[in-house]
Amino acid sequence: MNSLKKVFDRDTWDEIFESISKNKTRTIITTIGVFWGIFIYIALAGSATGLENGFNEAFSGLSKNSMGVFVQRTSIPYKGFEEGRQPLFRLNDVDKLKSRVPEIQFVAPGLQAGAFTGSPPLVTRGTRSDNFNVFGNFPSYSKISVVNIFDGGRYINEQDIKYERKVAVIGEGTQERLFTEGEDPLGQYIEINNVNFKVIGVTKFSQGSGFGSDSDVTIPYTTFAKLYNRGDQFGFMFIAGYDYVNPNYLEETVLSNLRVIKTVSPEDERAFGSFNIGALFESIIKFTKGMVFLSLVVGIATIFAGVIGIGNIMLIAVKERTNELGIRRALGATPGEVKVQIVLESVFLTILAGIIGIIVGAFLLFVINIGTAGLEDFPFTNPTVPLAIVFGAFITMVTLGTLIGLIPAERAVSIKPIEALREE
Amino acid sequence: MIEINNLHKSYEMGSSSLHVLKGIDFSVNDGELVAIMGSSGSGKSTLLNILGMLDTSDNGTYDLDKIRIADMDEKKAANYRNKFLGFVFQSFNLINYKNALENVALPLYYQGIPRKERQVTALNYLDKVGLKDWSDHLPSELSGGQKQRVAIARALASNPKVLLADEPTGALDSKTSMEVMALIQKINNEGKTILVVTHEQDIAEMCKRIVRLRDGVIVEDKKVKQNIIKNV
Repeated sequence: MNSLKKVFDRDTWDEIFESISKNKTRTIITTIGVFWGIFIYIALAGSATGLENGFNEAFSGLSKNSMGVFVQRTSIPYKGFEEGRQPLFRLNDVDKLKSRVPEIQFVAPGLQAGAFTGSPPLVTRGTRSDNFNVFGNFPSYSKISVVNIFDGGRYINEQDIKYERKVAVIGEGTQERLFTEGEDPLGQYIEINNVNFKVIGVTKFSQGSGFGSDSDVTIPYTTFAKLYNRGDQFGFMFIAGYDYVNPNYLEETVLSNLRVIKTVSPEDERAFGSFNIGALFESIIKFTKGMVFLSLVVGIATIFAGVIGIGNIMLIAVKERTNELGIRRALGATPGEVKVQIVLESVFLTILAGIIGIIVGAFLLFVINIGTAGLEDFPFTNPTVPLAIVFGAFITMVTLGTLIGLIPAERAVSIKPIEALREE
Repeated sequence: MIEINNLHKSYEMGSSSLHVLKGIDFSVNDGELVAIMGSSGSGKSTLLNILGMLDTSDNGTYDLDKIRIADMDEKKAANYRNKFLGFVFQSFNLINYKNALENVALPLYYQGIPRKERQVTALNYLDKVGLKDWSDHLPSELSGGQKQRVAIARALASNPKVLLADEPTGALDSKTSMEVMALIQKINNEGKTILVVTHEQDIAEMCKRIVRLRDGVIVEDKKVKQNIIKNV
């Protein structure tokens, strides 16, 4: 009978199932190696993905290619300006910058009281009061950093900016401290520097949505500028590039153009400070990529070890079954049929062990996912293994299983039937 | 049925070689029951192995049912064994994790016969050796005599031209030996050609012809009056 045809013959499989199911100890020992390999592999790869997803989520509040620029002091005298000057931005600089750097999608100039500049102002409501950081922002801020507003509320809009409205968006922490439980803050008034502001929205705090805490107060940029008498000057802006823009390129370009706009020496590294979410994010991505790669290497190596284990035990099994194989050959089994049987047993055990490993590994990831779901400061979300990786591991396993199965199969038929029969 | 001419066989043992068969001429007709006798080392097992295509000869010719058995690869030999020969061994050689029925059905499996048909045929042969009720028992649950009867049923299952039995009673007590030989006689009487290798005179006398080997040559070849076993 044709050897290849044997592979798809039900009788061949009956024969294999019988041999496997009636030698349980051997089967179990054989499968443990590969099971363990694929299990470790799935668990590792899944954990790496979980970490990656976790970091992604932690940074989900920020545009991935966003950056911040803040004004420091110049360190090099330039074009008649002395060093030590503070090259504060003006609002028309924003348009200049935008026209010079077409990669910029959004710019959000920001003013702040508290945070980086001095002590936070006192915010009062009736008899309650506390110090909170107060920010003056444009609506575009919400395009760069995700702002989640509880139902019913809204963020600062263009009208607020235009009419310098005295409205405020407060954090959930602010609400907690200025309002009693169950009280609706929307439409109520709070006092900042003895000026009344109407609460128009409450932000939901999300970990990693940039700076800020759960109790910031945001008012329209123009209102803030008037209240604190800032004119059109500001010291910080948030910039987001289009999705295709490389964050490092964006940072370099923005800084060099700002030096031109603000008449700062091109060599002056200290005039502006900046940070780059993309670069930060990239290094974490690199880390998780490294993790994925490590899990790939470790996983494949473990699968390899497992398959070699199968080969070993199949060799012992063949030795143990020399007599049986001799009988089969005396009864008319061709060397091809014996080989096919041994290789198929090896492959079948590998696949079986692999499937169990995948299932148990997936179950472990499921348990870890549930266990870490409540942990805010542990970046671990949705640990999945891409199907391509599972299939890849599977194919590797089956291929190795077949190749390793050939060794005992070859050994099985290398013994003459007469010698095999003599073996007891 | 079997035609052997000038058969030689030697085994390489390191530097020296051991000449086991030194020119055997021998023929067996259809329906014969031949005992091959000899002390250990006489070459009787080697002869049987060559007849059974489990081993190859160095020299000489071997025809089985007018087919020249020569220069066979393992695959062809396996197919011939399966079609033409049935083996009965001293140590039964049943597969220990298969029950009696599955053991008997195994040669049919290698003939590519469908499962249902295999089982029906196997059960028939088990019935023939009186073990129909034991079909689902594992070899470990059978007595020595029963095991040998299963082995005989297995050897018959593929309806071979010749049955080769290597010391079939060697591991059995005298009573079960009688049972097994009675079965062999019965099968022979139904027309099957059977060769029995034995070193026991009384077993040999239950056959129709005795061939005696000594040091690799046939020293005696005679027809005997068969000692027919009755009522065991």
